[in-house]
Amino acid sequence: MAGKVKWVTDIEKSVLINNFEKREWVQVTENDDWNFYWMSIQTIRNVFSVDTGYRLSDDQMVNHFPNHYELTRKDLMIKNIKRYRKELEKEGSPLAEKDENGKYNYLDFVPVTFMLPSDYNLFVEEYRKNPSSTWIMKPCGKAQGKGIFLINKLSQIKKWSRDSRTSTFVAASSGKEAYVISLYIDNPLLIGGKKFDLRLYVLVTTYRPLKCYMYKLGFCRFCTVKYTPSTSELDNMFVHLTNVAIQKHGDDYNHVHGGKWTVSNFRLYLESTRGKEVTSRLFDQIHWIMVQSLKAVAVNASPSLTSSTANDRILKYNLINDTLNIVAPNGDVPDCRWNRSPPREALGNYQVLYDEELQAQSDHGERDLRTRSGQSLGSKGTKGSAGARPPAATWK
Amino acid sequence: MDDGSELSLSVAHIVRRLKGSHLHAQIERRAKECLHQPEIRLDSLREDVRRFLRTSGWERQLQNAVYRELQVQRPPSHPAAPLEHLKEPLAYMRKAQACWEKRVLKSLNSMSAELGVPLARMRPAAEQKELTSKWNEMGTDEPDLTSFRPVFAPKDFLEVLISLRNPNYDSSEDVGVRSHWGLIQVPLDVRDIPQLRRAYAELNLTTGQLGIDDHAHIHPDLFENEYLQIGKKVVVEQDSAAAQQYSRQGCSTGLRADLWALILNSNNQPQDAMHYEQLTAGVVQHDLLVDSLIYKDVKLTASNDDYYFVFEDFLYQVLLCFSRDTAVLEHFKYNSATPPRSFVQGVIPFHGFSMYVAPLCFLYNEPSKLYSVFREMYIRYFFRLHSISSSSSGVVSLCLQFERLLQTHLPQLFYHLRQIGAQPLRIAFKWMVRAFSGYLSTDQLLLLWDRILGYDSLEIVAGEGCFFICTLQAVLADLSTLKVMPLIQIFLFATAI
Repeated sequence: MAGKVKWVTDIEKSVLINNFEKREWVQVTENDDWNFYWMSIQTIRNVFSVDTGYRLSDDQMVNHFPNHYELTRKDLMIKNIKRYRKELEKEGSPLAEKDENGKYNYLDFVPVTFMLPSDYNLFVEEYRKNPSSTWIMKPCGKAQGKGIFLINKLSQIKKWSRDSRTSTFVAASSGKEAYVISLYIDNPLLIGGKKFDLRLYVLVTTYRPLKCYMYKLGFCRFCTVKYTPSTSELDNMFVHLTNVAIQKHGDDYNHVHGGKWTVSNFRLYLESTRGKEVTSRLFDQIHWIMVQSLKAVAVNASPSLTSSTANDRILKYNLINDTLNIVAPNGDVPDCRWNRSPPREALGNYQVLYDEELQAQSDHGERDLRTRSGQSLGSKGTKGSAGARPPAATWK
Repeated sequence: MDDGSELSLSVAHIVRRLKGSHLHAQIERRAKECLHQPEIRLDSLREDVRRFLRTSGWERQLQNAVYRELQVQRPPSHPAAPLEHLKEPLAYMRKAQACWEKRVLKSLNSMSAELGVPLARMRPAAEQKELTSKWNEMGTDEPDLTSFRPVFAPKDFLEVLISLRNPNYDSSEDVGVRSHWGLIQVPLDVRDIPQLRRAYAELNLTTGQLGIDDHAHIHPDLFENEYLQIGKKVVVEQDSAAAQQYSRQGCSTGLRADLWALILNSNNQPQDAMHYEQLTAGVVQHDLLVDSLIYKDVKLTASNDDYYFVFEDFLYQVLLCFSRDTAVLEHFKYNSATPPRSFVQGVIPFHGFSMYVAPLCFLYNEPSKLYSVFREMYIRYFFRLHSISSSSSGVVSLCLQFERLLQTHLPQLFYHLRQIGAQPLRIAFKWMVRAFSGYLSTDQLLLLWDRILGYDSLEIVAGEGCFFICTLQAVLADLSTLKVMPLIQIFLFATAI
């Protein structure tokens, strides 16, 4: 080992700094010879922008891939998914199979979505097929629920039409869209009558081959107000948006539990009320979506490191701890030649979501299809794998 | 009294209970209808009708109903036994309970007078309308509850239990090595470890369990799978007694809701849904002082709980109906408590009461079903945790059992705690009164309640109290990471005596 890891960060969060210090890593500045830099989004953008031509050296590691914005911007994400699906179709991959109505059998995990203003006319055509439906408008470059609103009348988004003279979108030449608009799913699963979402953490250590890990301790975020699809409440963001940043300002926000449930609570609830098989299938599908999205390059790059409750702080501290254990096992200085296969014991609360290298040892395509149809695999389903059992326990 | 006459007493009692019930009417109707069927013949009428009822599942329903009656209220063992003996055979216990009730009622009445809030009042039309529109989200209501106090907290009740004395028993004879170190000073008969081992044989280390991760000689997947298949069969057969036996080894999460409903004989009858509707109408029409206590309790306990905050609105929907349900009055026949005359239903909620309902929200998401299961659990088990009686499942026995087990098997720990002024019962009492709801993670709690239902007794709560105390000594931290069943097994079956 060539000495202690030298770290830098421009994010002043205790969950990060405590983890570095507990490993006795040495804090340096960005002008020094650093090994590990936990960067904010702005810094990533600057460091990896086309102009700087910056290249990481062999013993340096950062917390985002340079193309992370392919994943965080909603318009790029939707473009990537649509492109990915088309590619698979062209290849004749069984994953791109469609049913008699033209819906993808295995890749239908995004509602009908258009980019505005470029797809405005396509959107209008789709809208007219079902004029009573609700759509959700999300600004491309923002997070934490900022700027999101619901519409159910065409007039509400006229200003994003291409020809509108009062349009306020970013200049078309920049190639950046202002908004994406999706069909709103107005019958979400409710628990206790409230809408919720899932916040799950996924670590990607390499894209080619794809190696990703899912943190087992994700959580659900609940709205504080009862859900209603009633049109009179379309403007009430406390009903429709689950982001804590929004809910935090509601009257009923509770600072003890923060309106959150662990994923294991969620799983217990589902198994108890819906049965084990349905629940297993659901989680399989969630994992599937994650892997496919990564393959299409589509994941949010910068989870909030702000802790809202005591439990939350503990969770994020442990999350960072486990993350560092995977990317820098034994606390070693990074070496880009490392094959990025952490030992089993180093996973902590992460589980292997997908390991392309190991998958390639068995019959790739057939395996994907089998797991997608919900058959339980686990360790029993591995035929023809050379020796080592693929750590695909997640598919069970 | 010989077995024959005791049996006929029981049979007579159960027949009386079921006569005129909805089930009775349904069976009669089906029996009459089946007379039209060709396979029913006049010369073998009785056998043919019986066979029909069996194959169409009605006999099983009757069996379950009889089973329920046996569970809930043991028939009187002697025809001349006065009714109050059914409630509580020991006079000094009856007296103590009556005293306690008077105190609670007084406290409630003075709160009513102080705040100028009547015990019950009819809601004006506008208020009724508002409540109806808000029925599914009463949690958003923010009535001013600051001046309402819980009528009592578990520790108040504990003081009463500690002061219980049997006037016929001179405990001074017991001084010395055999003296009891604990706080409970009444000589009730509670089971010791060897007796518990016999009674809880299914929890033996060599028997497969749910809630234990590794089995010495049974591969976990194999056991679980086979066990799951058996469970599915039990549900299909709709057999209450089988479900209860099955539950002793724990219920698989996917089957638990159905199994508990079977054990409690809570089976989606249309009259249950109707009854629930009537109760909700009652809530809309009248406002009770007790309602404010319920609100306050939910806001203080369940709403702040990591697991149960999601279900806040359901809790109101269940508890407000519960406090108006006259059907609950039935259980006072075998409860040592007596409902005050001024009350619709007679159960006065105390601090933490809503936690009896909260875990059930993980199993049932339909209000009327949730209500029905909760009510049944209350009138079978939970009422014993806050009334003074000599029942082996009653809170007095549980406390005594807890103290005796601890003193017998972990004397150093007990002694040490006493020395530092921390009587173990004072620590464990609030856990036991709530049957551990809010003190165990939900998955572990449900495994514990599986055994309460399976063995039809709260005894296991006393055992669980001991393990909590042990762990408290070792790990003064998050109790919610405890695994319930391994502890119980180790304590019961691995402790050397």
